Amino acid sequence: MALPIYASPLERVWHYTFRVICGLILLFLIAPILIVIPLSFNAEPYFTFTQKMLSFDPTGYSLRWYDLLLTHPNVPTNVPRDAAWWSIVWKDAAWVNAAKNSIIIGFFATITATFLGTLAALGLSRPEMPYRRAIMAILISPMIVPLIIITLGLFFFYSSIGINKWGVPYLGVILAHATLGIPFVIITVTATLSGFDHSLTRASASLGASPSTTFFKVIMPLILPGMISGALFAFVTSFDEVVVVLFVGANDEQTIPRQMWNGIREAISPAILSVATILVIFSVSLLATIELLRRRSERLRGISPS
Amino acid sequence: MADLAADQGELLKTSDGRPLKEALAQAQSKAKWRAFMLVLPLLSFILITFAWPIAQVLHQSVYNPRFSENMPQIGEWFRTHPNGTEPDEAAYTALVNDLVSAGAARTVAVAGERVNYEMPGTRSLFTKAGRDAKKLEPPFKDSLVALDKDWGSPELWGVMRRVSSAYTGDFYLAAIDLERDANGAIRQVPENERVYVNLFVRTFVLSAAITVICLIIGFPVAFLLSSLPMRYSSLLMIMVLLPFWTSLLVRTTAWMVLLQSQGVINSILVWTGIISDDQRLVMINNLMGSVIAMTHILLPFMILPLFSVMKPIPPSYVRAARSLGATSWTAFRRVYLPQTIPGIGAGGLLVFILSVGYYITPALVGGASGQLISNLIAFHVTKSNNWSLAAALATILLASILLLYWLYDKLVGIDKLKLG
Repeated sequence: MALPIYASPLERVWHYTFRVICGLILLFLIAPILIVIPLSFNAEPYFTFTQKMLSFDPTGYSLRWYDLLLTHPNVPTNVPRDAAWWSIVWKDAAWVNAAKNSIIIGFFATITATFLGTLAALGLSRPEMPYRRAIMAILISPMIVPLIIITLGLFFFYSSIGINKWGVPYLGVILAHATLGIPFVIITVTATLSGFDHSLTRASASLGASPSTTFFKVIMPLILPGMISGALFAFVTSFDEVVVVLFVGANDEQTIPRQMWNGIREAISPAILSVATILVIFSVSLLATIELLRRRSERLRGISPS
Repeated sequence: MADLAADQGELLKTSDGRPLKEALAQAQSKAKWRAFMLVLPLLSFILITFAWPIAQVLHQSVYNPRFSENMPQIGEWFRTHPNGTEPDEAAYTALVNDLVSAGAARTVAVAGERVNYEMPGTRSLFTKAGRDAKKLEPPFKDSLVALDKDWGSPELWGVMRRVSSAYTGDFYLAAIDLERDANGAIRQVPENERVYVNLFVRTFVLSAAITVICLIIGFPVAFLLSSLPMRYSSLLMIMVLLPFWTSLLVRTTAWMVLLQSQGVINSILVWTGIISDDQRLVMINNLMGSVIAMTHILLPFMILPLFSVMKPIPPSYVRAARSLGATSWTAFRRVYLPQTIPGIGAGGLLVFILSVGYYITPALVGGASGQLISNLIAFHVTKSNNWSLAAALATILLASILLLYWLYDKLVGIDKLKLG
């Protein structure tokens, strides 16, 4: 929207004012996320920039809050950081364990959601599918129903069947997170399938391929980008989810968001900011992956990148 | 003509001799089944992990057996004697028997808690009677009243009659600040105890306000992104998508850091001299904190649907309007804006639905005045242990969300939902 040559002075003023307003709104969106990064290197336990930080004095910055993430009563402090020390950290440090739990739960929830979701999306995108609208509405609804209501339901359901006594660790949380991730998989995979040329499967069948060969050799490579981005959505949903974990997770099932929640509620320390920074870097890399996948998918489906 | 007549006479057949119509119908129903079988595993998974738990919420909101299960004999007496019967010696005997058995099973506190919801302050009455009931001598009416004169109060007996049936709609009454008096007539609770209606109103008003703010500040950004050339817009898009992908807790933490009285914004304001050191603004742990943080968190959900609707609108329409003599404002209002209505509808409903059910952010930055209905539901599950009231509140919330969901489906179509 380049400014046309016949624009009146008022329109010119508005043109630039509009861009400034948009710039401020974008700043509002991005600044809070970026501001935690430098603050996490603060040498002092404050949530604002100290004089030393503003004058770029190296002593104003430190890695102490990152170091704090590795500590635990069991971890000795005054010893050299050799392999033995790291193995204790790996076993005992609360944040490391939280990260492990988050990844385990996220992994299994994502696998479940992606497998079931892709299968269902394949069925839903067939032209013969009966009651498509109604079934789609049911499958998408975990995204729309407020999390607190789902959590309340799971809380009643799990306590009535006593899922914590089944001896399968994380089971309740994994099932819940899979449910929350399924709508994302359905949406991304059906979107990929909407541009899918069904004559390809017929061509493959006419050349003698069995349905499973057709699926793995023809359909799968085409919908893979959609599956992966759906899986990433599902993983992020699980990785970021705290309400379900708080209410139905067992006490030892601490995840990163739950640990953060506890940390914020009790006494917020800059250690939270170092976790936040790590998570921001994590989401930047996820964003990059999704973008690459989108471009690849469009190239595969013959749509020029737009 | 002769051929046509012959065709009408005998049906078309497939190579194996079946009528074509029948064979086609069979093949179609087979294909239908095959498609349905692919969806079936997920559908049953969702029914177990999602639909059934929601059904349990609905059930819990009208069903509470805590009193009826633990006090069976007095329940039997209530069933055989109509409302308004003065409790006789038989009633007191049944009550004491129940208290003795519930006291022995250590469930008298559970029953007392159920009565306590309806009539605050009676929990200790039950626990005390549960301890002492086995020492009581007949006639039980006199000895129980001697233990505590509240046992003779008609109000308590009215409440016990109501809670003695496990199925009740009373939790819905409580959820909208109503209660029953001693005769069972519905009335409003005293003014200082009215909580829930105000909280529902606050939740909906706040969500509407956040939706409007998101629309006002999201619309220009979506417009800019859709009208800039690709190489600039995809760069700016990152600034929308990165917050969208960043953890909710990270964003909430960031706002806590920014808004604190010793935080970045206040420090900048003091440093630039706009406010003095003792005038630091209180922007957190109140309604304002909730609004700012939730607007920031939900803004991408407004911008992305708006963007996907604005992108395909050809710029030539507005140019045509201008060339026909419309001012830029008229061209925007009469030509551009109507075409973005589906995006406004989609983004608005999405933001509204999400903010109505928000829990984490209000709990962390909302303080007392920024709490929403979700926070109270959580409170009743974890702290006050009144599951049925939590379920009733959740059901009311769910009903209003479903209404909006239905509206969304009518206006936009749920299968047109796009992400990123």
